[in-house]
Amino acid sequence: MKRAAPGTLLLLSTGCRARYAVFDTASPEAHRIANLHWLMLGICVAVAVAVLALLGIALVRRDRGRYSDGSARRVRAVAAGAAVSAFLLLVLLVASVLAGREITAPGGPQALEVRITGHQWWWEISYPGSSPSEEVVTANEIHVPVHRPVRFLLSSGDVIHSFWVPRLNGKKDLIPGRLTRHIFQVDRPGVFRGQCAEFCGYQHAHMGFVVVAEDPARFDAWLAAQRGIAAEPAGPSAVHGRTVFLSSPCVLCHTIRGIGAFGHKAPDLTHVASRTMIAAATLHNTPGNLAGWILDAPRVKPGTRMPPNTLAANDLLDLVAYLESLR
Amino acid sequence: MRAAAAILALALAAAAAGCQKSRRVLHEKAPLAARPESIALGSLEAGPKSPPLSMKNPYEGNAYAETEGQRLYGWYNCSGCHFRGGGGIGPALMDDVWIYGKEPGNVFATIVEGRPNGMPSWRGKIPDYQIWQIVAYIQTMKAERGVSAAPGPRQEHLQAGEGRTSR
Repeated sequence: MKRAAPGTLLLLSTGCRARYAVFDTASPEAHRIANLHWLMLGICVAVAVAVLALLGIALVRRDRGRYSDGSARRVRAVAAGAAVSAFLLLVLLVASVLAGREITAPGGPQALEVRITGHQWWWEISYPGSSPSEEVVTANEIHVPVHRPVRFLLSSGDVIHSFWVPRLNGKKDLIPGRLTRHIFQVDRPGVFRGQCAEFCGYQHAHMGFVVVAEDPARFDAWLAAQRGIAAEPAGPSAVHGRTVFLSSPCVLCHTIRGIGAFGHKAPDLTHVASRTMIAAATLHNTPGNLAGWILDAPRVKPGTRMPPNTLAANDLLDLVAYLESLR
Repeated sequence: MRAAAAILALALAAAAAGCQKSRRVLHEKAPLAARPESIALGSLEAGPKSPPLSMKNPYEGNAYAETEGQRLYGWYNCSGCHFRGGGGIGPALMDDVWIYGKEPGNVFATIVEGRPNGMPSWRGKIPDYQIWQIVAYIQTMKAERGVSAAPGPRQEHLQAGEGRTSR
């Protein structure tokens, strides 16, 4: 990012909050896009200033002379203008094509592969392993190692969505029935906010996710932990919570690996307590938010597929205690 | 003049009916409110003796509920046995033969209670308002129903296709 534009940055960060600040880039791809933007802005501003200056000169000089210089000079002026315009447009075209090539480069064999499936209104994320039992499935929180390209294979389970992490790369659509590819490489550890960028129904605006970039060692530890089955409940409250989960509507749609819950229409909850957010990065993952979400999700997000649930108070508390133990 | 007023009144009535048909309830407040109390376990009877349960489907004729029901019909794997209404492992739903009664209340009771030889009980698993939505969808399978009511005017809920079908 150019330090020369603090005013623009300030304007943008006040307008849409720093977590979506497209000029506060954290990957080579986003950096390339930002550079292209500054180049285009610079050339367009220069052209606009030049055109207005020439117009001003023409207005001031219009009474002078009687166009007696002959047409040769006018022809030369028009030709020069056309040549300069063509040259500048060519520069922009070449810069745009080069940037486009760079931000879609496949990333090489050392790239990490992550599959993402869009759903109304959440993100299913999976890390393929060497065998099916090694596969990691999670939701709405993408962990990636820094300084390593990450290749995303995007698809959709229902309608068209679009994957967008403003500080890491441009947008890419998730289209039902076909795979699209996307890539970025994060420069520094951090948490980056992402958002669905294609209108997809009632809760499109709240279909968010987070990208957590961390050191390779921490990432490997996270991936190994996510591979495991659900933790055994410790204590009678959590044990009862597991029973509540298995005997309530939860089990029809959610998976918890290791306890016989195989629903695949909603986020995998095997390690739900390890996530920082719930409800597609809408609520912080606290026991209170979780309880409220279970009881009456459509009040938080009208139209959501998660139905309201009627649970006795102790059942609800035990269920929340169980879910919060699934680290 | 009177004819014009009558036409206007008719148009307004039609418009009002249309609004009702596609009314969307995005926040169901009372998931268990519509449960018919007369349904109980233990009185299962095969054959035509099932008495018609005269509960009215709260979503009768509502296009949004019918599309939601269509989604849930696939989501909860009703289609695994009943297919798209033609039947196969389970009985057909689009014909006029109903072993356990054809009224909305009967269909609701069948889903809640389950039936011998294969139909599982969904009691406590599917919220009641969703069962009524499924019932509303099942009733659109009948041949005598027009297609005007289902699916909804904007078919954003229809599955456009499966990218990855499983997890």
